[in-house]
Amino acid sequence: MIGKKIKSIQFELLSPETVRKISTVRIVTPDTYDDDGFPIEAGLMDLRLGVIDPGLRCKTCGGRMTTCPGHFGRIELVRPVVHIGYVKMILAMLKATCGKCGRILLSHEKMEEYKSLLLKEESDTDEAALEIIAKSKKITKCPHCSAKQENIKLVKPTTFYEGDQRLFPNQIRERLERVPEKDLEMIGINPRTARPEWSVLTVLPVPPVTTRPSITLDTGERSEDDLTHKMVDVLRINQRLADNISAGAPQLIIEDLWDLLQYHVTTYFNNEVSGMPPARHRSGRSLKTLFQRLKGKEGRFRNNLSGKRVNFSARTVLSPDASLSINQVGVPRTIAEELTVPVKITEWNIEDAKAWINSLEYPRANYVIRPDGRRKKITDLSREEVIAELTPGYTVERQLMDDDIAIFNRQPSLHRQSMMAHRVKVLPGKTFRINEAVALPYNADYDGDEMNLHIPQREEARAEAEMLMLVQNNIISPRHGEALVGPSQDHITGLYTLTRDDSWYTKEEAMHLMGIIGENKLPKPNDNGMYHGRDILSLILPKGLNMEFDNSLARKGEEIEKGSEAHVVIKNGVLKQGVLEKKSLKSGMLVREIYTKCDPDTTREFIDKATRLGLAAIMIGGFSSSISDSDVDDKTKKLIDKVLAEAEDKTDELVEKYKKGELERVPGKTRRETLEDMIMVELAKARFKVTRILDKRLGNDNHLVIMAKVSGRGNILNLTQMSGCIGQTALRGQRLLRGYKKKILPHFEEGDIGAKARGFIRSSFKDGLTPSEYFFHAMSGRDGLVDKGIRTASSGYMQRRLINALLDISLKSDGTVRDSAGNIVQMEYGEDGLEPSRCIHSDQDYIRREIKDNLK
Amino acid sequence: MIKVLEEYEGKFPKSLFDEITEKTANMKAADIKALLEKVYALYQDSRAVPGEAVGIIAAQSIGEPGTQMTMRTFHLAGVAELAVPQGLPRFIELVDVRREPKMPIMWLHSKDPASYEKTVEVAKKIEEVGITDISIIKEDFVKKRINVVVNIDKMNEEKLTIDDIQKKLEKAVRKKSKLDGENTIVFEPKTTTLSALRKYTTKIEEVRIKGVPGIKKAAVIKQGEKHIIQTEGTNLKGVMSFPDIDFSKSRSNNVKETEDVLGIEAARTVLLDEAKGVLDGQSLNVDVRHLMVLVDVMTADGVVRAVGRQGISGAKSSVFARAAFEETVRHLLDAALRGQEDKLQGVTENIIVGQPIPIGTGTVGIVVKKK
Repeated sequence: MIGKKIKSIQFELLSPETVRKISTVRIVTPDTYDDDGFPIEAGLMDLRLGVIDPGLRCKTCGGRMTTCPGHFGRIELVRPVVHIGYVKMILAMLKATCGKCGRILLSHEKMEEYKSLLLKEESDTDEAALEIIAKSKKITKCPHCSAKQENIKLVKPTTFYEGDQRLFPNQIRERLERVPEKDLEMIGINPRTARPEWSVLTVLPVPPVTTRPSITLDTGERSEDDLTHKMVDVLRINQRLADNISAGAPQLIIEDLWDLLQYHVTTYFNNEVSGMPPARHRSGRSLKTLFQRLKGKEGRFRNNLSGKRVNFSARTVLSPDASLSINQVGVPRTIAEELTVPVKITEWNIEDAKAWINSLEYPRANYVIRPDGRRKKITDLSREEVIAELTPGYTVERQLMDDDIAIFNRQPSLHRQSMMAHRVKVLPGKTFRINEAVALPYNADYDGDEMNLHIPQREEARAEAEMLMLVQNNIISPRHGEALVGPSQDHITGLYTLTRDDSWYTKEEAMHLMGIIGENKLPKPNDNGMYHGRDILSLILPKGLNMEFDNSLARKGEEIEKGSEAHVVIKNGVLKQGVLEKKSLKSGMLVREIYTKCDPDTTREFIDKATRLGLAAIMIGGFSSSISDSDVDDKTKKLIDKVLAEAEDKTDELVEKYKKGELERVPGKTRRETLEDMIMVELAKARFKVTRILDKRLGNDNHLVIMAKVSGRGNILNLTQMSGCIGQTALRGQRLLRGYKKKILPHFEEGDIGAKARGFIRSSFKDGLTPSEYFFHAMSGRDGLVDKGIRTASSGYMQRRLINALLDISLKSDGTVRDSAGNIVQMEYGEDGLEPSRCIHSDQDYIRREIKDNLK
Repeated sequence: MIKVLEEYEGKFPKSLFDEITEKTANMKAADIKALLEKVYALYQDSRAVPGEAVGIIAAQSIGEPGTQMTMRTFHLAGVAELAVPQGLPRFIELVDVRREPKMPIMWLHSKDPASYEKTVEVAKKIEEVGITDISIIKEDFVKKRINVVVNIDKMNEEKLTIDDIQKKLEKAVRKKSKLDGENTIVFEPKTTTLSALRKYTTKIEEVRIKGVPGIKKAAVIKQGEKHIIQTEGTNLKGVMSFPDIDFSKSRSNNVKETEDVLGIEAARTVLLDEAKGVLDGQSLNVDVRHLMVLVDVMTADGVVRAVGRQGISGAKSSVFARAAFEETVRHLLDAALRGQEDKLQGVTENIIVGQPIPIGTGTVGIVVKKK
């Protein structure tokens, strides 16, 4: 498929001869178009430089706008000027070489010494070169011709002096010309590709018009590219300089013009040179010249070469759809009609293709590609004709249809699971839709998030997307070997309500649930004719699955009773005992186990059904929460008040102790720091106590508590803050510190460092905050926001650097890990060759388990 | 060893093999063989596949949870301990290979780590005590002399005598001194100008009375049964020759210093441990293999290279790869002058020219047999 492959690219400096050779025209007129809007001959838009107007033909290659790549021209500079990018090199060369004979200012013997060094260690040529330059700079008398060396000075940005005598670019050029090739090699310049004097320009290449196209504004006015503007400046001054020289103007005037020419050529290359005012557009905007085009995030390299814009892509808002499979993506009809898939016509699909071409509505074919590569649009006029000539070998571009492969992506693409392949499901509406279970790897929610869709165009691309990128093949994260895709939030809460010990369902309910998961064999009812949720769930568990573990409902350190909900037992694909919650469903238990024991297909099926079943189960009983869920009775309230009062008393005590100087200093901390630490600990302890009280008092049937316990949504801390106490607000991880003089807000005493005065919020969200508490809360809220902003910025840059450092590293067939040059980084990947996503919890433990199972 | 076992030796990791050898001691040869075959198949199945872009996966696995890391530099790891730098700033510090971390720390073992008292003694010994820590230096411009007033309490706390201090000062300043009262050491340099006197003062202020240079604090923490000295400020070289310290167990969190003193392998270990420590501290679950790739790339050259333009990215052989990262123009101009050739072996270069990348499925070619 790739006809020609580029093997390597050689970088060189353009010699004046080369510039003249590649140039098709010598530009002399500083104008672009004549009054009729036709390019002026020998002007900057000369037709020999290529064409950007439709209808015109290039005078060099005869091509039209779409076919002519553009050709270089040249400006013959009347006087030479230095290239701003090589000023440093020129300075080093002038200092390191003799002004008279051009040799490097080192004795023959020393040079030989370095030469042998250079030959020995090829990799360190840079350092040797730098050393040669540094050493020869200091020598004041040429060891070759005994000429005395004057001090060379650079007055930035481009003026050179020898002693107090100005060195003009033509003199510099002459000197550089004298440096022999063998000396150039010593200082790291390759004489076959770059002579130093070429960095003093005598002729300036004019880039093709295609690189600096002019744009026509709505008013019909033409607006030239920044580069064209700059070239106009260069041409004008060049002409004036030529006129003045031939008119025999005084040296002073010529020098001024020469400097002006230098300025324009310099800013043509780089308009951000320090010490030089940037060239500006009429509007005052500084011009974007060559260096600026390449540089930075919006520059050619990062914006157009490392990342490219693509066709066959779409972007719209994202919303959830519980009835989709995790492998699917819902695509709006309007988008499906715009995106196309090329289909090679064979004798087996020619009838389908004809139907697409014939059709006036979706699914249609938009284009036909003939075997010779010519594209033909299908219109009402051409339709009949196209159908008639259609034979195998043709390609038809048909609209996107169900089950086509698409690559779905959400930015920021932080890991490979940010781009996964889905199967298309064309749906009414205007948004993309996904199953909620895949929201996590994309880190997506539905508050206005947009996502991108790409349609692979070739068979190879489709095959790779399907095998490597399909969601079901990326359920397990290579980061830690745990499941990323799986039931989440309401799915979890739902499956919990389904699998509780007292989750009995009537026959109608059970059949409804089974309808959801597409099962038709009712499990055994109990004596009352009721069906247990666990038996219904067992229908979607793969046969042969055996597991036994404690879920997160088990309190740490407490012994689990046999038969408790916290102890999960699955035998041969039947959930015998225990409830399912987040830990059992997601973090590497059920989904992980099914993935390892079975295959991606089974896992996908399980997740699809489990999510649907969970939602159906939650809807049978209904699951909602209201403000009354955060109610606490008076007794509890008193208990909480007591705990908080105690804590505040204790802080007061600590403060008292501190003020009296009785507080023992912790080694390594000041007394004040010790106090702060102790207060923080005390108050945190108090809130923890409140949490424990609420945990006991809110009751296990409270929906908020259920969600928190099974990790469906929210956590116990949120509940504490709603009905108990918000707790200490922190700024930079410390208690509030600044504000007014010796106090945070005017309401407090100066020097009060007790709990209340330093941002402890005793109220709960439900009680409502006092004005000062409200203000404290806002402070820590803002702190969090600022912190988040800084964090994303610095972690983003770190990741860019990490990726850039590691992107060439890959595993080779011999088991070693190497970089692109073939240098070995690791002899065996990760020291045991195992891939984290291919073994449970990325450890060798699963192999140990196998050993254990097979011991006799 | 049984013959069936021998056959599989070296075919999977040693720890696994040893475990099998140990546990199958009483099994029949046929059963062992069956087990080995099963385990071998499982092991092969779990290996990473050739072509896998392990570098990119590592970078993503480390970078993606980076947004979840805290910016808080310090964390109170219990009230009694020293604050340990954590989170994103510390990780960036590691990846940058800063010469001096924000909070340099050493963990040292005394020769008798079981005894708290003995460990504290050693800690006291290495803690750097400067003259300014135990005395106040006063300049007497009228009499042209310098009075060093020693705080006796502090001196006793450090188990020093006034004679010790006097000797140390004299040795450092190379001038004789007198004792005035029981706690004042008086220097009378024969100088005429005040600025010369000030010079002596600064010299005296810099005198270290005892301890290892650079170790600002040394606290003893308990780790299991052992007592460990945790220092603020590092000086591996200084501690190395200290007789009461079991140097083989000493550790510094300063990667650069470890490299200088103990070499590249030690530096790699420190880098890996520290990086792992940061991620564990944030309870982020990242497989060690990813960290190993990062650490191995950073140390593969025999010197620790930073991640970024001064380090790994700046040392790449491809002109395009360097230009696409940072300092675009400089790299292009340099390449022209040196006549460099881009061999298009890496990922970035091939994306730039629009060719398949030499990683993953891009590494595979197909050879068709002609009939």
